Parts: sequence; C-alpha cells; structure tokens
Amino acid sequence: MSNLDITYISQILTGYKSMKGALIPVLQEVQNHYTYIPEPAVDLIAEALNISPSEIYGVLTFYTQFYTQPEGKYTIKLCRGTACHVKGSKSILEAIERKLGIRVGETTKDDLFTLRIVACLGACAVAPVMMVNGDYYGELTLEKIEGIFDELQAKECKSAKT
Amino acid sequence: MKVKKEQKPMDKGKKLQSIEELESLQQQAFDRYDPLRKRVRICMTGCLAHGADKVRDALVEELENQGMSKDIDLVETGCFGFCAKAPVVAIDPEDIHYQRVKPEDAGEIVSETLGKGNIIDRLVYFDKKANKRLPYTQDIPFYKRQVKHVLRNCGRIDPKRIDHYLLNDGYKALAKVITSLSPEEVIEMIKKSGLRGRGGGGFRTGLKWEICRRAAGSPKYLICNADEGDPGAFMDRGLLEGDPHSVLEGMLIGAYALGARFGYVYVRAEYPIAIDHLKIALNELKSLGLLGDNILGKDFSFHLKLKEGAGAFVCGEETALMASIEGKRGMPRPRPPFPAHKGLWGKPTNINNVETFGNVPLIILNGSEEYTRLGTEKSKGTKIFALAGRVNNTGLVEIPMGTSLRDIIFDIGGGIPKGRTFKAVQLGGPSGGCIPGDHLDVPIDYDSLINLGAIMGSGGMVVMDSANCMIDVARFFLEFIQIESCGKCIPCRIGTKRMLEILVRITEGEGKEEDISLLKELAEGIKITALCGLGQTAPNPVLSTIRYFLDEYKEHIFEKRCPASVCVPLIKFEVNRELCKKCGICKKVCPVGAVSWEKKMPAVIDKNICIKCKTCIENCPAQAIQ
Amino acid sequence: MDGKKIVLSINGKEITCGLNKTILDVVRENGIQIPTLCDCKNLAPFGACRLCLVEIEGIPKLITACSTIAVKGMKIRTESERIDKSRRFIVELLLSDHPFDCMFCEQAGTCPLQDLAYEYGMKNIRFPGEKRATITDDTNPFIERDNSKCILCGRCVRVCDEIQGVGAIGFIDRGFQTRIGTPFDRNLDCEFCGQCVASCPVGALTAKPSKQKGRIWQTRSVKTICPYCGCGCNLTLHVRDNKIISVTSDPDTLNEGYLCSKGRFGCDYVHHPDRLQYPLIKKDGQFIRSSWEQALTLVAMKFKEIKEQHGNDSLAGLSSAKCTNEENYLFQKFIRAVLGTNNVDHCARL
Repeated sequence: MSNLDITYISQILTGYKSMKGALIPVLQEVQNHYTYIPEPAVDLIAEALNISPSEIYGVLTFYTQFYTQPEGKYTIKLCRGTACHVKGSKSILEAIERKLGIRVGETTKDDLFTLRIVACLGACAVAPVMMVNGDYYGELTLEKIEGIFDELQAKECKSAKT
Repeated sequence: MKVKKEQKPMDKGKKLQSIEELESLQQQAFDRYDPLRKRVRICMTGCLAHGADKVRDALVEELENQGMSKDIDLVETGCFGFCAKAPVVAIDPEDIHYQRVKPEDAGEIVSETLGKGNIIDRLVYFDKKANKRLPYTQDIPFYKRQVKHVLRNCGRIDPKRIDHYLLNDGYKALAKVITSLSPEEVIEMIKKSGLRGRGGGGFRTGLKWEICRRAAGSPKYLICNADEGDPGAFMDRGLLEGDPHSVLEGMLIGAYALGARFGYVYVRAEYPIAIDHLKIALNELKSLGLLGDNILGKDFSFHLKLKEGAGAFVCGEETALMASIEGKRGMPRPRPPFPAHKGLWGKPTNINNVETFGNVPLIILNGSEEYTRLGTEKSKGTKIFALAGRVNNTGLVEIPMGTSLRDIIFDIGGGIPKGRTFKAVQLGGPSGGCIPGDHLDVPIDYDSLINLGAIMGSGGMVVMDSANCMIDVARFFLEFIQIESCGKCIPCRIGTKRMLEILVRITEGEGKEEDISLLKELAEGIKITALCGLGQTAPNPVLSTIRYFLDEYKEHIFEKRCPASVCVPLIKFEVNRELCKKCGICKKVCPVGAVSWEKKMPAVIDKNICIKCKTCIENCPAQAIQ
Repeated sequence: MDGKKIVLSINGKEITCGLNKTILDVVRENGIQIPTLCDCKNLAPFGACRLCLVEIEGIPKLITACSTIAVKGMKIRTESERIDKSRRFIVELLLSDHPFDCMFCEQAGTCPLQDLAYEYGMKNIRFPGEKRATITDDTNPFIERDNSKCILCGRCVRVCDEIQGVGAIGFIDRGFQTRIGTPFDRNLDCEFCGQCVASCPVGALTAKPSKQKGRIWQTRSVKTICPYCGCGCNLTLHVRDNKIISVTSDPDTLNEGYLCSKGRFGCDYVHHPDRLQYPLIKKDGQFIRSSWEQALTLVAMKFKEIKEQHGNDSLAGLSSAKCTNEENYLFQKFIRAVLGTNNVDHCARL
C-alpha cells in the first residue's frame, strides 16, 4: 500500500466534482482500477466530494461489491441464489473451498483466486452457476469444478514459466 | 472475430427533429429488411454460460469458409427463453430451432441447413410424450403455451441495434403519445389497462403515475428499478439484455405522462450484459435526439442516466434505491412521505420495474381494451416468470395472467427431471412463499397467490422436488435476508437473526419442541414492526413452509430426521439396501473414494473416508442414501 | 407563528394542534407518553427503533409517530393490544442482543432501555442467541465505546453529522454486523465535543472522566453557566460528595444541550490542588496568601505608578473570551476611561 500510485484517483475525481450522487460511481471506478478501495483513496475522495471519510467507509462496507483488500487475479463469484441452492450450490461452494484451500472472502496465497459469493447472478436456468472474471460457468458439478480450476492453474503455471 | 451483421447500420449522428423524421427512419429500417433472407440467430446473453460465444465464432468461420457470409446474416440476439437447451440457435425464415449446439456443429449447420435446407436431427427438440422430433420453434411445447407479448423481440432481434427495434413497431407508441395524446390521456390509458406493478407489490401503475403527476415540486424524476435482486429471478435481466429499447420506450412514455425531466435506470452490477446493452441503447437514443431536450422537436425533454448498483438486495426497495442513487448507504426510510411526493433529492419521484415499463408501449399501441383481453379480473396482461430449479425446461416464460402453476411447471416446464416428484414451487423470492402440489391448479394472479401465502413477486419461480428439504429452503432464505438486511431497524436486524438461529438448530438436529411456535411468533412480530417491505415480508418463506410442510418440521425436530437427506448433521450417510438400485453411480461420483460397490451388490459407504459432501445423495437415482 | 390549527383525535379524544408537526410531537404536547429510542430533539426522523408505532384509522399497518406528519382528521391510537405487543417484541429483541450488565453500566438509571425492560418485566428472553462482540476504543481520554451495548439508533452518527457537521463516525457494514465506528476503525480523532455521548440513550458511549464516579441517583444537580467562554452555555453539574463527577446540559436551554469538549469534559480543574482560590502576592520570591482588598490595592497602586512614570500608553489591556459581553464592555471602558489608553484587545481576535 505504501507505494500506491494515487494519481489515478485524482484523475477520476476531476470528472465528478460537481456531480450529484457521485460517490458510488467514483468508488466503482477506483475499484475497477485498483481491484479494491485503498485506504488513502477514501480520504482523497472525501476531500474532493466534500463527504466525510466515515460516510464513505459506511457506503463501501454496505455494498458487497466494494472490497478493502486487493483481489486475486481471478475473482470467483459463485451464485448462491435460490435456484442454485436447490441444485446444490452449497456443495459446489464447499468443493471450491476444498480445491483452493480458501474460505469465502479470502484470496489464495499465490494471489491468483479470490472466492466470493453473490446473492444471484440471474443465470438461474443454468444453475448452479459461477462467474470467473466475467466468464460464466453453468450447470456446475464437482467434476466440472476440478476441471475448471485445474485448467486455470495450468494456464497460470505456463504463463509464469514463459 | 469479425461478425457479419444483417444490414448496414443507419446513418448516425443526426438528431431527429420531428415525428416525420422518426417515421422515415422506421420506414428505412423496413425497406432494408428482407423477410425471406436467410438468417442465423444465436442467443448471446444467457447462453454464454454454455459457450455460445464459441458457437458464434465457429458459425462465423464456417460461413466465411463455405462462402456464404455475404448471403446469410448472423444475428446476435437476447434470450430465446429455453435456457435448459442452451446454447440455442435458430434459422430463419423457417424458424428452425437447434438446441445444445456445440462449436463442432457449426460446419454442418452451415452446409446442411443453411446451404441445402436439411434439418439436423440430433440438434432438434425431441418430444418424449409424442415421441417425435419437433424442428420448428412454434411446435415445441415450451413455446407453444406461451404468449410472448413483452418478450416479443427477445431472441428475435439484435438488442444492440435500434433499427431492429424500429422494424418491430419500435418507438411507434412514443410517436403516438407525443403527437396525439395528452399526459392525462396516457395515464388514463394505463389506468384502464389495469396494469399493475410487475416488481412485486402489484400496485396499479396508472394510479401511481397519476399521484406523481399531481404532486407538487420540480423537477420530477422517473426511475426504472432494474435491481432485480430476488435470487432465482432473471426476467428483468432477460428483457434488458434482449430488448432494452422496449423498456426505454416505456420510460419515455412514462416521463411524458408524469412530466418527468430526469430519469435513471438503476441496474444491478451483477448484470454486465444488461448494462452493456443499455449503454448502447442509451447512446443510440441520445445520438438520435430521442433523449435530451426537445425530443422530436416537441416541448418534451427527458434526460436518462444509467446507475449501476453496487451489490445490495435491499436497494430494490424504493427508498433504499433512491438513497443509493444519492450515493448513500441503501437504508430505507419510513413512509410517508412517499416517493411520489418526496423522492430522489426530495423531489417527486416515480419508480417502476423493468417489466412494467416493458408493458407500456404495448398498451399505448394496441389500446387498453386489447390489453385487458388477457388475464384475470384483477390482474391483466401477461407475466414473465423465470422458471428454474428442479424442472426440466428451465428458462424465461411469458404467460397470460390466470394460467395455472401446473401448466407452467408441467406443460411449459416439462415436469421434474430424474424421475423425482414435485414437492413445491417457490414464488416471489425472499418475500414470497412455497406452494405445494395441492394448489397447483389455482390460476395465477396477484390476489390468488397472496391467498396461498406467496406473492407474485417479480416472477422468480423455483421448482423443488422430493430431494429438497423445506426447512433447508426456509433457512436458505433467512440466511439470505440476514446477509442482505440493511441493519437499520431492530425487527429485521435482530429478529431475522433469531429466526435463522432457530432454523439452523432445527436443521442441525438441535430443534426444540417450542421452536415452531417461537418461529411463528417472531415472524408475526417482524411482519408488523419492520421498517420496509424487505423486513415485513422476510418471514414469509418460513411461514409458508410451516403452513404447508409442518410434518417435515416435526420430523426434523422430534425424529431428528431430514426426509429429503439435505441437512447434513441429520444424515447417517448409509445406503438403504432396500431402495438401492445397485447401479454404482455413487461409487463413480464420490470424490474421495468412500463408496465401495460391486456389480449387483448394494453400495457401502465408509464413514471414516466420507467427507459428507453429498455428491452421492445428489446423484442417487433412488434416493437410497439416507 | 402560523396561526393555522388542525383538529384530530388521539385515543378518542379530540385535539387541536399546529400544522406540520409529527404525530410524536402532537402526542407529547398532549402529555401522552410513547416510548422512543432513536428519536432525538433537532435530528431528522430516523424511524429505526420501531417503538413509536401507532395505529391510524384507515391504515392497516402500524405507522411510526416520529416520521409521520399529523394531518387534519387523523384518528390516532397510541395504545392497543397490537401496539403493546409490538413494543414488547422490539424490547425483547433488543435485549436478546444486549449484555445484561446494568449493575456495571454507567448509564444505569438514565437508560430508556433499562426502563422499558423494567416496565415490561422482561427477565426471560425467549429467543436468546448470538450477541455482538464488544469493541472498545480506549485510546482517547474522553469517550468510551462499547459496541455490544449499541442499539444502532444512530443518534450519535446523526448528531455528529447533522448538528456538529463533523461526521467523525458512521454506520459500518450491514445486517446483524452493523456497527458504529470510524473509517477503517482508526482511533477516534475529532474535537471530542461529546455530543455523541450525550445523545447515546444507552451505555454504548460514555464519558471516561465520569467512569465509576457515581450513580445518577447519588448525585445532586447544580445548574450553572459554563465558565470557559462568553457563549454562556448552560451546564448541569452532577455533584457527589461536593465533587463534580460529570457535566451535562439540558436540551431545553439556549445552547439546546450542546457543549464543546471544554464545557463537557473540562471541569476537572475545579478540584485541582493547584487551582488558585484566593489572591497571592509575591514577596521575597514567595507567594503569600492575601485578601482581595490587599491585592487590588496593590494592583491599583502599580498601575498608577506606571502611568505616572511612563505615560498612559505604556499600559495595555487584553481581555478574555471567558468573560461575558458585559464584562468585556466594562473592561474596555476601564482601560479607556480609567487607564486612558486605547491599547485594548481580546484573545478571540488573536
């Protein structure tokens, strides 16, 4: 965090200074850039938008989309909606936890995977479903989980070597 | 990958100054359209979860390779509805329906079907009841029983292109409103149509608009609630992804009727494709001058912005949604004052859901009377449902109000898979309830569902079978509510926590005799005292499961048994030798090798190895593992 | 004042009241008690505690009195079986997530939750369950925070934001885990006006200087004016054994109950051993106790000497913000008319 480049935050903020209700879009842009909301960003945003840091912290802890820790290279968003639940997404969750050795909200030691659950991805017809960095994976089974993560891990190993 | 589009896009960047210019644009779209031209339509929304993008790439490549790319158009559409058969591809003009299409099939589709007009049998829907293949969309039972009004364009047009929408009577309703109707007349038409809010409550839309039109204060705001938060619901996602312009046209008409100058579409951040398609549509409208000041040269201005949610179910509640747009924590506030009087930034605000807006152009174009022809006495028109869970034909379904649940689940939905039996259907998400088999013949409308202890909700319909535990389902919803509660009011914050704790202990074999009455008491208290709709309805899933599945609660509490083998602490992980079909599937699927089985012998589970992951239970065809 | 009045009924009794008042205001004006926890004078209605629910004829749901404007012809009921049941339900829920340690709690005796629990005789909680953990911020000398006692009425957050305009604290997280705190749980770093402490109805925010010094019923209240500045805020000193153990301010006074950190936490000098209690005159390097008469005579003599030897403008007067306007007026008059110089100034200008 010490060598965080904050120039990007100042850049974003210039576009929002006079906009009503700018806080959430600003936080979204900051997070898109850094993968999380760094602590110094909160103070900068507070200054620029004339909102207290405590209100900003309140907002970013209220919405599940915002994180205060850096995300892994891949963010897994496992759907825990009703349709997924009745089709066994809890077992899928446990399988991912076993496979990656992390719990929900955690990131693997190699900073590759962060596991998150979402209320519903709206892809109920292909339940159980998850999203990995924007790609949907539907009708998950324990077997499929193995395959998907083996493939991603292999891909990363390969790119690390080259 | 380069994708061949159907037609050249129209001239952009020129703002339409009059109705005549809009009409000529519509005419242009019409003139360029050749109904007999061969087209391949492919769903590039919901089907993406099944690799539709790879199928599309393969089709583009094959069209190129086989030299047909000039004669045949590839149209990337929204959802066809039949998600169970994803990825879905259709061939026009015959409307041939191919399902479960793989990239490897592309070559054959191009050469055989597009080239020679032959149907590829293995990609065609097979009707088990009639024992025949049904190659055309219109014959497939899933589509046959549906009435696609609001979803008329979904799966048919490219939602990223306004000319496709224009071709299908797009923005004709807007033109009609601006040229020939006063705002009051528009409101009167909506009132007469009997349209009720499709977001859950079923409040009459026309009345809502009237209250806001009459409210003092300016400017007025119009908001489209696209924060479809109910788990198990994807109707709004389907409509926004597949036909965003129909919703935006509904909003423009609403803005005209209310005198709203500014508007927002508040979309869940979990819907990236919907956001993308909306952005494209909004840009197109702006460049054509259909959004902004003096629309079509008239004294009507409407500025519409997209707001992305940030992940909070409670923001579907109107006052929380407005707080979120204002950049605050999405905590609801007490009503009155109602949003119509004091809404966004203290100004009169009207909020409707996506599907409600989707109905508006239809009412304007075809008239209120035509609209009321479908539906029941108090619930008019059609309703879109998201059919999911343990049902064969999962997908997006639009039916006239008054259709029975049985028709939806068994005719359209094709019944329950894996030979299991129907147990309940959950409607209305965390605010709704579970309806058991005895009530499947009730015609669906707002009021009949309330009588059954459920609600219409936004349209999530999750089917459950004999392998689903109803206490587990109740616990699931309470867990959801606890995660999503904003924490502001005491009944929701603490009350639902206490209910959840009781449900957890029941599912873990620690249930107590008084638990059912405690649950009921907590539920009643929360219903009466909670601040917002989320809290007031949060106990519904528990109340409805107690109402219809009391025996199951009792089995958990008194016999320490989960008949559906869902609640892990209550499962022995033993094979019932009488039920066991000796098929060995459990051995095959067990991830840790805890099952031993030999041909013609019942399986045996080694409890020392077993990690209780339930994979065997989920795959056992005989529900023999208990 | 707008002279317009409206007529409505409360508990079957016809009542006349002014326009644009909340039901809660009207009810209280008429001497009817409704329990509240999140309501706080001068703060916008919040509607979170759900205790002020009332029945209004024609509306099926119970309505919060704090947030609803009373209108003509409204038929309001503040007591009924349904209302009573609801209030008991809320209190029972609150207590299920509250430490039962009133015997150690600083707020005991002035706590509305304690009063409600007592009134309803709520000894047994039928749905015990998980309680939130205690998070105590111990780094500042003024405010003690115990989140396990917090009922999330938001009064502290709202007073800090709406009245003080500071926003030092806010709501964090959501659901059962919602809590009040500072951004990233940093140490509280504000002016320590203590308005949050004053507005907290329960023992979640308490004044450290008063800790374990005495129960409210063991003290005697003394009304006085804050000596720190010319604003003249009203103070209520809570005195036990002739010692001030805490300072509050009555909301119905000019300063509406608001104080600054000096007024609220700065009274310890009163009992300080080094405090000057009589004039001292230095003689041979030693301070000797003297009478006011002696001391003032000496000062007057010295002024005179300086004036005569060095002229009027060799003297100057610097006045204090602790003085009232009247005192400051007299002071400058004295400097100008008696000492004969315009060399006069005031610390607030520096």
